[in-house]
Amino acid sequence: DSTDAITVETSAPFKSHIVDPPSRSATTSARELLSFFRDMSLMRRAEIAADSLYKAKLIRGFCHLYDGQEAVAVGMEAAVTRADAIITAYRDHCAYLARGGDLVAAFAELMGRRDGCSRGKGGSMHFYKRDANFFGGHGIVGAQVPLGCGIAFAQRYRKEGTVTFDLYGDGAANQGQLFEALNMAALWKLPVILVCENNHYGMGTAEWRASKSPAYYKRGDYVPGLKVDGMDVLAVKQACKFAKDHVLENGPIILEMDTYRYHGHSMSDPGSTYRTRGEIAGIRQERDPIERVRKLILAHDFATAQELKDMEKEIRKQVDAAIAKAKESPMPDPSELFTNVYVNDCGLEVSRPHLVLRIGPRIAELEWAKMNK
Amino acid sequence: KEMTVRDALNSALDEEMSADPSVFLMGEEVGEYQGAYKISKGLLDKYGPDRVLDTPITEAGFTGIGVGAAYQGLRPIVEFMTFNFSMQAIDHIINSAAKSNYMSAGQISVPIVFRGPNGAAAGVGAQHSQCYAAWYAHVPGLKVLTPYSAEDARGLLKAAIRDPDPVIFLENELLYGESFPVSAEVLDSSFCLPIGKAKIEREGKDVTITTYSKMVGYALQAAEILSKEGISAEVINLRSIRPLDRAAINASVRKTNRLVTVEEGFPQHGIGAEICMSVVEESFEYLDAPIERIAGADVPMPYAANLERMAVPQVDDIVRAVKRVCYRAVPMAATA
Repeated sequence: DSTDAITVETSAPFKSHIVDPPSRSATTSARELLSFFRDMSLMRRAEIAADSLYKAKLIRGFCHLYDGQEAVAVGMEAAVTRADAIITAYRDHCAYLARGGDLVAAFAELMGRRDGCSRGKGGSMHFYKRDANFFGGHGIVGAQVPLGCGIAFAQRYRKEGTVTFDLYGDGAANQGQLFEALNMAALWKLPVILVCENNHYGMGTAEWRASKSPAYYKRGDYVPGLKVDGMDVLAVKQACKFAKDHVLENGPIILEMDTYRYHGHSMSDPGSTYRTRGEIAGIRQERDPIERVRKLILAHDFATAQELKDMEKEIRKQVDAAIAKAKESPMPDPSELFTNVYVNDCGLEVSRPHLVLRIGPRIAELEWAKMNK
Repeated sequence: KEMTVRDALNSALDEEMSADPSVFLMGEEVGEYQGAYKISKGLLDKYGPDRVLDTPITEAGFTGIGVGAAYQGLRPIVEFMTFNFSMQAIDHIINSAAKSNYMSAGQISVPIVFRGPNGAAAGVGAQHSQCYAAWYAHVPGLKVLTPYSAEDARGLLKAAIRDPDPVIFLENELLYGESFPVSAEVLDSSFCLPIGKAKIEREGKDVTITTYSKMVGYALQAAEILSKEGISAEVINLRSIRPLDRAAINASVRKTNRLVTVEEGFPQHGIGAEICMSVVEESFEYLDAPIERIAGADVPMPYAANLERMAVPQVDDIVRAVKRVCYRAVPMAATA
């Protein structure tokens, strides 16, 4: 049966700070491993496709890709429910997909189309899925950390028994407001897991050049921490399960995920001036999260190499179809310029003479009348 | 019956916390200390430490936590001991609170109130004496309210707490202890004022004075002096800086044909400048005189009493400006 439990050792023991670490023996199944393979491959393919769309000038502005880090999004999702909340920074495409986000809506958002998950008004850095408790998508490095603690505050206030996974990078780990929020989270025992996705470079600055102590799992001082191999989806899942139970009882914990981004920081960064190509190739060779799962599946005979290749081909088709559909989505209606500034439009300034004169003619009369109601 | 602004704010907080369990108060010294200015007196005893939270001195951190709680659907009231300290947290107010509903196409609304004393107090120097009305009024997605009287304080704070959007609620320390007459209607727990509506505090026909917060009192005193000299001044208490009640301002200017704007904050790019533009756009042909602006001096607030007095608008300044626009004194342009 594909759901029969098997036990797999994580790649390495967890390192811990003032807490007893969970066991290295992770429980999984054929079905789960195949879904991990599928989900991570889909994310990988989607990000590679976004790279092409960006180069074809169909995506504008900033675009930060997640390829290499997929095991964090997927492993975390496997340990929680959709009632638990997730908030992250601007490298957010895959967090959205992991929460059940729609592939067409993701690409439509990247291209600024009306079927985008934020109707084309957010862009690459501002994906949300409120109905699955995904709170974005934040562009100011580190600001999402107190916000995530606030979501956890609300969960505790309402006695929901749910938790918040609050993600940030090794660059954000030096922001002062992280320590401010962590202090309050610990004082008030908020059910929040601070997940430091340590991909070892904050933009182009290597961690050791920015952090006197790059042992991020220890930097909560009075807050427990675990260091996790973020390239091993089973280790991520094991750590996140442990962390969820821990924070509901004891308040915050830090999980440092040792991970790696293959792409540069954003599309303007070739990613090769501050690190060597050899370093990237070495990680791909030895630690790639998808290849690790592929090996596990093959070792346990849960699928053949050909079946996995077929699955990847299928995923490629799925991504291509989603892009084609997203491309068909029109640009947002001009009237969308003025929607959602305020919840009930109270305070909206659309009828000011300077605006009417400047852009009024570009908006159909009917729409304008509707906005000025 | 009379009520102080302090009691008006305290009763509004109390009633809204009582009416809606998702409302909570957080900030420095709001609980055991009973509020740095005693606005939250008695609330910790009544609602307990889960709903009245003493925070450490970490504005960026607790403001972010407040905004995050609002994302999840609670209705936080974040008290700044003074709005000067909100500069530590302005990123969360603007980037995390004001923009989220838009960026998420309506998925993440942010029903939160940021409140506390704003503007010049007395003798507290440059870093504790500044008006932030223009700063926050600049930002779409925010609402900015500026109560003057006890009625304003009660009605606008209750409106702010019930509002679905982030609201900046600018109080004035020097008004906390002032008493104002209040009607039975104002004292009723269902009382609430509309956001975005100005109040004609005193009717007049010769000149319009627009102002807000503490300066409303100064403008009323000026109007009283002017009436003895035969000038009938209409005083508009803006109440809401964003949305700005342009309709009320323009209607009044079309009636009086003259305008003096009064504010305590810095003049450049201020509230008076925006009101002036609004009148130029909509009522230029009704003006019988150039608009005058009374504002704080364009300097950091000095400590010495005589210098501080010069930096902040005084009743006399308003009286003289009104006489100039009514051509009862030499117009400013002619003295240059």
